[in-house]
Amino acid sequence: MNEYIPVLLMLLLAAGTSAGILVATTLIGPKKKFAEKMEPFECGESPIVSPKLRFSVKFYLIALFFVIFDIEAVFLYPWAVLFKQLGLFGFYVWKRGALEWQ
Amino acid sequence: MLAELIETIAKIMFIFGVNMGFFTPILGWVERKQSAVMQDRVGANRADIFGFRVIGLLHILADAIKVLTKEDFVPAGANKFFHTLAPFISLTPALVTFAVIPFGGQYEIFGHKVNLVIADLDIGILFIFAFASLATYGTVLAGWSSNNNWSFLGGMRASAQMLSYEVAMGLSIIGVIMVYSSLKLTEIGAMQAEFFRWGIFLQPVGFILFLTCAIAENKRAPFDIPEAESEIVAGYFTEYSSMKFVMFWMGEFLEIVTISGIITTLFFGAWHIPFVSNEMLLSIFGFAGPDGANILTMLINIATFFVKIIFFIWLQMTIRWTLPRFRYDQIMKLGWKILLPLALINIFITGLVLLVK
Repeated sequence: MNEYIPVLLMLLLAAGTSAGILVATTLIGPKKKFAEKMEPFECGESPIVSPKLRFSVKFYLIALFFVIFDIEAVFLYPWAVLFKQLGLFGFYVWKRGALEWQ
Repeated sequence: MLAELIETIAKIMFIFGVNMGFFTPILGWVERKQSAVMQDRVGANRADIFGFRVIGLLHILADAIKVLTKEDFVPAGANKFFHTLAPFISLTPALVTFAVIPFGGQYEIFGHKVNLVIADLDIGILFIFAFASLATYGTVLAGWSSNNNWSFLGGMRASAQMLSYEVAMGLSIIGVIMVYSSLKLTEIGAMQAEFFRWGIFLQPVGFILFLTCAIAENKRAPFDIPEAESEIVAGYFTEYSSMKFVMFWMGEFLEIVTISGIITTLFFGAWHIPFVSNEMLLSIFGFAGPDGANILTMLINIATFFVKIIFFIWLQMTIRWTLPRFRYDQIMKLGWKILLPLALINIFITGLVLLVK
């Protein structure tokens, strides 16, 4: 556990820096608000549709594929570390005939 | 205990200082100046103090002052909390990932063992992937919370692209892990002391796959479709101004440095100089006594590591300003139909070669 303390220190420093920049930028600089300026940028036009619309189902599919493949990839990591020791042990179940259907 | 704490703080301050004080500002200048040189332009050279222009380096200072005094703008209808959180999530993980990358080996100085890595984790590579993938949230949140159509399109594009390439990136490294049988970056670095044991000779395909996926993950050209300025204004950070806008850029530059660090550690011999072992360096510096020799060797190793990093930063900058942008369907096709199968084939062939040997 001891080796995670430096990570924690680094995380605190990084988060502190980011938060400090955010606070600085909200404090410094002018603040002039009026309705036309606060409109979302739409190349000079007033926005006619809200961005909170339905989006293509393909994005959703990609997200599902990601979950499947990424879990597979994570399971490959411990196998890859031990590969040299295991050798063909991965095929042990096959060798013992567990895949024969009788 | 106290010596350890001081050592840790010194290492953190060194890495933090190099990243935030040197690489981040200088890369903003390099990006403009290198693109200018490549496109036969002069590039940034206007900012001056008493007439001294110092090849445009003063633009770093000018930009910092300019950006800090700009208005922090949040559009109407935007989710203010997530709009502020997005640049925070983009910058913070990019700063933390460097904690596990070793910038030198292990040395004994004045009876104290110095290990030149901030956190010597057993799961170094997994840690990097875990933190690097947090940047996806920053991008997607920025696009979603801005209440802007362009931002939303950019955020959607970024989400699918970054998820796709994360899978291929995770698989492209597995060959390296199989060869070195370790997830610990200090061990992987130490095993590359001999020139022909460098990762690039053992895993050449893995290197090309990782570099491609890493650039795509960082959303830089030719994969900069989430911010494609010729189509969707500035993509996910259209509605950002002042330092919040710059925080996305800082995150991107830090990721360039981190990617270079990972490539150097995994594929290009970490802190080792080709054909010059640390024992040779120690005997060359023998005149300085055992401690002096160790300190000089350590400094040379750190310098070697950062020279390699600068080379890979240059490589990524050159790629960014050379290749035209991919179309979105091409990006998806490259990720899922070419890089992912290639990574799997690479794992398979690596396994076969290791078994036969």
